[in-house]
Amino acid sequence: MKYVDEFRDPHKARVLVNAIGALVSKVPTTKSRPLQLMEVCGGHTHSIFRYGIEKLLPDAIELVHGPGCPVCVLPMGRVDDCIALAEQPNVIFTTFGDAMRVPGSKKNLLQAKADGADVRMVYSPMDALTLARQNPDKEVIFFGLGFETTMPSTALTVLQAERENIRNFALFCNHITIIPTVKAILDSPEVTLDGFLGPGHVSMVIGTAPYDFIARHYRKPIVIAGFEPLDILQSIWMVLKQLAERRCEVENQYQRVVPDAGNEQALAAVSTVFELREFFEWRGLGSIDHSGVRMRKEYARFDAERKFAVPNVKIADPKSCQCGEVLKGAIKPWQCKVFGRACTPETPLGALMVSSEGACAAYFNYGGVDLAKMLRVRIEETEAEHAR
Amino acid sequence: MRADEPQLFRRPRGKLRDTRITLAHGAGGKAMRDLIDDVFVGAFGNAWLAPLEDQARFSLAALATGGDRLAFTTDSYVVDPLIFPGGDIGSLAVNGTINDLAVSGARPLYLSCGVIIEEGFDVEMLRAIAQSMALAAAAAGVQIVTGDTKVVQRGAADKLFINTAGIGVIPRGVEIAATRAAAGDAIIVNGTLGDHGAAILAARKDLALAAPIQSDCQPLHELVQAMLAACPDIHCLRDATRGGLATVLNELAQSSGVCMRIEEQRLPVRETVKGVCEILGLDPVYMANEGKLAAIVPGAAAAQVIEAMHALPCGRDAAVIGEVVSAPEGMVVLETIFGGERVVDMLVGEQLPRIC
Repeated sequence: MKYVDEFRDPHKARVLVNAIGALVSKVPTTKSRPLQLMEVCGGHTHSIFRYGIEKLLPDAIELVHGPGCPVCVLPMGRVDDCIALAEQPNVIFTTFGDAMRVPGSKKNLLQAKADGADVRMVYSPMDALTLARQNPDKEVIFFGLGFETTMPSTALTVLQAERENIRNFALFCNHITIIPTVKAILDSPEVTLDGFLGPGHVSMVIGTAPYDFIARHYRKPIVIAGFEPLDILQSIWMVLKQLAERRCEVENQYQRVVPDAGNEQALAAVSTVFELREFFEWRGLGSIDHSGVRMRKEYARFDAERKFAVPNVKIADPKSCQCGEVLKGAIKPWQCKVFGRACTPETPLGALMVSSEGACAAYFNYGGVDLAKMLRVRIEETEAEHAR
Repeated sequence: MRADEPQLFRRPRGKLRDTRITLAHGAGGKAMRDLIDDVFVGAFGNAWLAPLEDQARFSLAALATGGDRLAFTTDSYVVDPLIFPGGDIGSLAVNGTINDLAVSGARPLYLSCGVIIEEGFDVEMLRAIAQSMALAAAAAGVQIVTGDTKVVQRGAADKLFINTAGIGVIPRGVEIAATRAAAGDAIIVNGTLGDHGAAILAARKDLALAAPIQSDCQPLHELVQAMLAACPDIHCLRDATRGGLATVLNELAQSSGVCMRIEEQRLPVRETVKGVCEILGLDPVYMANEGKLAAIVPGAAAAQVIEAMHALPCGRDAAVIGEVVSAPEGMVVLETIFGGERVVDMLVGEQLPRIC
């Protein structure tokens, strides 16, 4: 396929893998453990597993799969809120496909649909607006979620609804923002990360400047990376190069898509419609200050939280889940006590098992050849712990 | 006329003059008789169906000349949209059931046709779909010999559902079974993967994808017979419909207690299908097919089987995509183009498009 296959060329991949192998030995390190690089974005996690990239890397590099899957970090209470909205009479509740399977405390949106709620999958918020035009006697609610990647299209849809004076369209806003969360991870004491692969699509909107603090304040290199296998390998090489040369900078591997200044029009639309919340709840990470957005009061008539009685349910993550520790790279997915037992893609307990971009689901679905071995190791560890 | 075809007796044919299906067309009276006569008997026209008995009747002796076992299967078709590039619900209902018979090694002979129609359905559309079933059946050399028509209230069904059951005869000596895959066997597919799934996605208006993709809806029984002629000892055959190649290979790996090792580089996938999958974040190995089979054949016979397949249009792109190994048991492992590897598991639910 044109413009894609070039970025999946096995020979070029081999060259990059060899270069990474040569470079990693030049990285000065005092640590006895592998170098830990975090890919922040779920899209990267997905590619890494889909193409088996982890298995190509030298043992001296460990990839830590970050919090950048918006579906995964959606707290259970918000899903319950969605279901409560969807079950109100005369409502068409619209959502992206992969949010349908995220478990709430009792059921997910697919089950709510089976129970009679009018839940419809859309591919864009504009499709939800079309539904609102076609069904003037119904209230159409769009479940807005995702990072800065999806925020502009939601904002533009609200602006369009305002222009057309569509009264039966509302947004249930669950958009979140990545920067405060990366900061929260860097601030937590158990974190020993050495560098970052920055999210490509988010950066296409926000540009490269918002990451400066990672390099300047936390002294960690970050490379904004594309999503194809060669993008990821090259970005890993670029992070290692910085480490080897004792540099900490924000570099942009994904220049073909990400302008350093971001997309000003998209940012303008976002700041017209949205403002930061004081805090937002993340599944697996808890409440993080200024990590979510809500609609400004000028757009209150399109705000599902103001228009409908949203129960605003708070449900704590299951105690047995160790998603937070996995997200921070403190443990590997299979080292979690419930991984592969109580928590599987079929019956996910934790955030990271929910979507194919979640680290645990990716390990479970794609990592599996060594899975039996990993599980055995973990069972032995648990037994040894009990013996003590 | 087939040797076992019953004598046709004449009776006056009903004529349907309505433009929309109403509940009366399912009520058992004259309106229903007219519908059946004009739309279905008219299209399928054969001597088993024409007398409109409650059942079709066959000579056992005639059936027994083709083999020593009967194959019997049923499938229901609820596809939306009803007409899509490369086929429609009618051709799908015929070819799908033919293929379920064919992958047992059977020669498909007779089909039934049950339709559930939503009140208000367009009669011309129904005629077109019945014609399409008739054409597909004629092309495959099978007869539609019995049927049933129901009309339900508006909203109680989505436009039109079709169920077809089929009977075929399995030749003596053919032993195709899901339990027979063994280490050293070759894994073969007859052509490009995911065409049907991608065509249906592209044909749904809400996606607004202008991708020129045709469904692969086609009968496979002649291909199967050609493969059996090249290698009578085919171990497993499966029709890779819903859930795609990945699901079929997982089922075979589990039934046989072996590992299916496939190579990404050898999987035939059309560029346009790859494109649709890229956009929506889907994986072609899970996409539905309606004219694709996966075959497990002894490694030594793979080349002959492929050669025989290449001689037929529906096997033109046939390829060996991997091999059966002994471990890890019950798993499908895919070698990526980089030489990395990953497990291709069963889908938990539906493949849902990814958000970003």
